[in-house]
Amino acid sequence: MSYIVEMLHITKDFPGIRANDDITLQIEEKSIHALLGENGAGKSTLMSILFGLYQPDSGSIRVRGKEVKISDPNVATSLGIGMVHQHFKLVHNFTVTENIILGMEPHKGPVIDIRSAEKKVEEISKLYGLAVDPRAKIEDISVSMQQRVEILKMLFRDAEILIFDEPTAVLTPQEIHELMQIMRRLVEEGKTILLITHKLKEIKEVADVCTVLRRGKLVGTVSVADTDEERMAEMMVGRQVSFHVEKGPAKPGEELLRIENLNVKNVKGLLGVKNLSLSVRAGEVLGLCGIDGNGQTELVQAITGLTKIESGKIFLRNINIANLPIKERTDLGLGHIPEDRQKHGLVLDFTLGENFVIHNYYEKPFANYGILNKKAILENAERLIREFDVRSGQGAMTPARAMSGGNQQKAIVAREIDRSPDVFIVVQPTRGLDVGAIEYIHKRIIAERDRGKAILLVSLELDEIMDVSDRIAVIYNGEIVGIVDAAATTENELGLMMSGALRKTHAAPQAVHV
Amino acid sequence: MTFELLLQMFPIALMFSAPIILTALGGLFSERSGIVNIALEGIMMVGAFTGATVTVLLENSTPAAAWYGLLAGLLAGVVFSILHAVASINLKADQVISGTALNILAGGLTVYLCQIIFHQQRTRAFSNGIQKFSVPGLSDIPVLGRMFFKEIYPTFYIAIAMVFITWFVVYKTPLGLRMRACGEHPQAAASMGINVAKMRYFGVLVSGALGGLGGAVMVLTADIQYTLVSIHGTGFISLASLVFGKWNPFGVLGAGLFFGFSTALSFYAKDIKFLAGLPGEFFYILPYLLTIIALLFFAGKSVGPKAAGEIYDSGKR
Repeated sequence: MSYIVEMLHITKDFPGIRANDDITLQIEEKSIHALLGENGAGKSTLMSILFGLYQPDSGSIRVRGKEVKISDPNVATSLGIGMVHQHFKLVHNFTVTENIILGMEPHKGPVIDIRSAEKKVEEISKLYGLAVDPRAKIEDISVSMQQRVEILKMLFRDAEILIFDEPTAVLTPQEIHELMQIMRRLVEEGKTILLITHKLKEIKEVADVCTVLRRGKLVGTVSVADTDEERMAEMMVGRQVSFHVEKGPAKPGEELLRIENLNVKNVKGLLGVKNLSLSVRAGEVLGLCGIDGNGQTELVQAITGLTKIESGKIFLRNINIANLPIKERTDLGLGHIPEDRQKHGLVLDFTLGENFVIHNYYEKPFANYGILNKKAILENAERLIREFDVRSGQGAMTPARAMSGGNQQKAIVAREIDRSPDVFIVVQPTRGLDVGAIEYIHKRIIAERDRGKAILLVSLELDEIMDVSDRIAVIYNGEIVGIVDAAATTENELGLMMSGALRKTHAAPQAVHV
Repeated sequence: MTFELLLQMFPIALMFSAPIILTALGGLFSERSGIVNIALEGIMMVGAFTGATVTVLLENSTPAAAWYGLLAGLLAGVVFSILHAVASINLKADQVISGTALNILAGGLTVYLCQIIFHQQRTRAFSNGIQKFSVPGLSDIPVLGRMFFKEIYPTFYIAIAMVFITWFVVYKTPLGLRMRACGEHPQAAASMGINVAKMRYFGVLVSGALGGLGGAVMVLTADIQYTLVSIHGTGFISLASLVFGKWNPFGVLGAGLFFGFSTALSFYAKDIKFLAGLPGEFFYILPYLLTIIALLFFAGKSVGPKAAGEIYDSGKR
């Protein structure tokens, strides 16, 4: 047997939740081993145990056949285990080299030997094809470059076993492709990779073996070559998952949201949205797709009131809401799942239950004569938690900050869908979620549509736009360059429009004005 | 202003600069490690009180009493700063509040001890503080000699030496790199196996040492005894120098000299023709006014250590 790492019968309890229940994970040397599971399945806990951040309540760990006790990350490092954290741990105003050598600086006498350190970093970078400039400052380099610095940190410490915690969450498709190549190169050079993810495509592309966890329990370990995506998804979620959204034809009614000649400035003070007109009817999902940064954010913030507009009109049921306060827009029936869930979606220091009533805490039954009714708030929270499967350590009493990103997202989606707003602005609703949760949220969005609501879906995921929308508007450089029928278009056509190469304005029912 | 007058100002301006530079360097260590140290004023008071007391008590038995006074001030500063370290590192208290509390405590504590030791609200006056001296040879250089080497307090040279030592430690050694990492991104430092609490203790205690030394320097060069108003805001001026000097030792040196000269100006204003018309009080206000202006313009810009003032939470993402 050439298992380099064996985690045997690991169990770990947290207050109110058994995060890992008798999990056994055996990793072969020089392979890419994927760890697959939904949000909150216990992947991160298991890896934190391997990296020495947590101690297991029971079970044992063997590295290269020898039983070890990993009491802190330093022990893990000395065993050759390194971790690329999901949230990078880099000092922004240090150079690449300074970040890499931090904690084990090569020195001549009392002075750091930065020259030889830079040389070594450059050598390692070349060997694995990482193309990192050792003298660049972290704040000046791209996110994917920063990730490669994290990889270099481990390689500099001679790590043999590399743990990647959801490494692709912050990357563009092109960068993801590059990362996959780097991973393969690392394995060729004799490293072993443990990849934590919930993205099946990536596992299929790069991993050799896949271990699936579900709700803290081991479901099984399979060879990736012999298992298709559907089967892995089923193992992860515990039931059959359809990758396609089931929906009947839309029955569009009256116009609920109408935008006329809207101009909005972006953070740079330039026009981010230019003379844009758009309408969404009751009972339809209008998808808005485009490459990130083409005016989606400005448009959404203008509709929801997070930013001021320069000129133009925004009608919600014939009432111009363009200059109304956010609160009044909400009361008129506007709902919003925001792009930045931590900034605009949740009050992180409030509990989950409090976040659920953030719009209507002052109304009955949540408040009586100005005093909050804790019981009603709790009951409301428990209902939503059950319905939307929001997982957290202490249920309604969990501070939002302590929840995983995916579950924070579920909580916002639950709150907004539950209000059932007439006009629903949905931005990246399934960001960071696993297939099971995505399927459920798509289903609920379609259900809202069928109840006669108008939905504007903004997403960077082309699959999501094509699956859920009835019509698709493409935004490029702040303008709508075309509106197409979702059933009739192709990925290729949308791609051309998103890059500005193709315009289909004739298909757009632009509002005519004098 | 005549050139002669400017030359005359140099020794006194450098005298005022020395404690500001030393104390600001102390603040640099603390803030670079991630702990805002607003207690510099109080630390200076404790250092000044201890320095003056030791000098008074020893001056009949040794001619080097004032030097023992400096050392005692340094040590007292370290001891006093432990309070700030415990409060802000172990007890995770708000660093600004802890610092403010120490500033208030320092006033009460020093006067109380004066009452016990000297039966008055101030220390007894010492007959000799730190003595001026001229560097042999160098003081004969025309102009430059009179500016920097003739009739100068040796404490200024200590301050200059500290600037270089600080620069070396902070930018050239592993210790400095680790300390700065703790001030910028403690979670990153911890993930590389660095003990954040230890590094921050180091930073705060060094700030105590340098602040205490600064206080003792101030009282033993510019005063004849320690009183409640001996330090009169110099700790805050040092803090302003730190911000003004962008948390860099050489920046601190420049800012310290600037404030030293603005203080010296108040003594010479009457001799300068175009300034003589202004009321003398104006020049006493000047250093403090400049402090406020410096802080107004520079404090808002985030050039300082990113995590300074933040309570360290190892679980933060």
